[in-house]
Amino acid sequence: MEWALFLIFALVAAVAAAGMVLQRSPIYSALCLILALFAQGGLYVLLHAELIAAVHIFVYAGAIMVLFLFVIMLLDLRPESHPPVQFNRVGVLAGFVLAGALLVELALGVGPRIILGPRGPYDLETLRMVGNTQAVGRVLFGEYLIPFELTSVILLAAMVGAMVLAKRRLE
Amino acid sequence: MVPLWAYLFLSAFLFAVGVVGVATRRNALVIFMSIELMLNAVNLSFVAFARFLHSLDGQVFVFFVMTVAAAEVAVGLAIIIAIFRNAETVNVDEVHLLKG
Repeated sequence: MEWALFLIFALVAAVAAAGMVLQRSPIYSALCLILALFAQGGLYVLLHAELIAAVHIFVYAGAIMVLFLFVIMLLDLRPESHPPVQFNRVGVLAGFVLAGALLVELALGVGPRIILGPRGPYDLETLRMVGNTQAVGRVLFGEYLIPFELTSVILLAAMVGAMVLAKRRLE
Repeated sequence: MVPLWAYLFLSAFLFAVGVVGVATRRNALVIFMSIELMLNAVNLSFVAFARFLHSLDGQVFVFFVMTVAAAEVAVGLAIIIAIFRNAETVNVDEVHLLKG
């Protein structure tokens, strides 16, 4: 059952991601990416990260992709400004070589430590008892409190930067 | 239970598609979407590792990655709008304002 769900979500995510790169028009690319992100949210649920799944859908599908669609429609690109997609071999090769390097690195560097290394305190039974959201909240507002507070600075800087960059120059 | 390597393979594939998008597409918006896809691929590895290590640190890191992604998209799209206002295009091959 879990395998079936995993395969469905993984297939949808992979095909939609490939579609995003292959589509000629940016609006179809954005819609494909939204589909991929929803499938990824399903995978998070399969991994028992329910809070992450919900936040992922809110932030990505709800905020980021809506912003993308707004900008695409705001720019109102003519169809002739979308040339057919041409793939140079170097780019495709670079992508898969990089991903292969990532996998090898994970397998050689991280893999053995994952298999042999110590486990944290949050196994499934604990999470089921405490609740995923509560457990993540404890870690986020305990151990990671200062980094969490610092992210607000990033958001403030991004907000000010976006306004300064995007507004029309005043005479 | 689905093993860890299945998630890692999917994550690597999504990452590869993102790199291919950045390396081959010429539309600045699609390049940005590809970057989002790469960030998401890494998030998937984080959550998968967190699950298999019985730890929540990976899930907390996903929050930070999402924050950075949101900030990056806001600033990046503002830059794209500014470029479009000046150059009337989002094709990165035609934007060479800084070239001497």
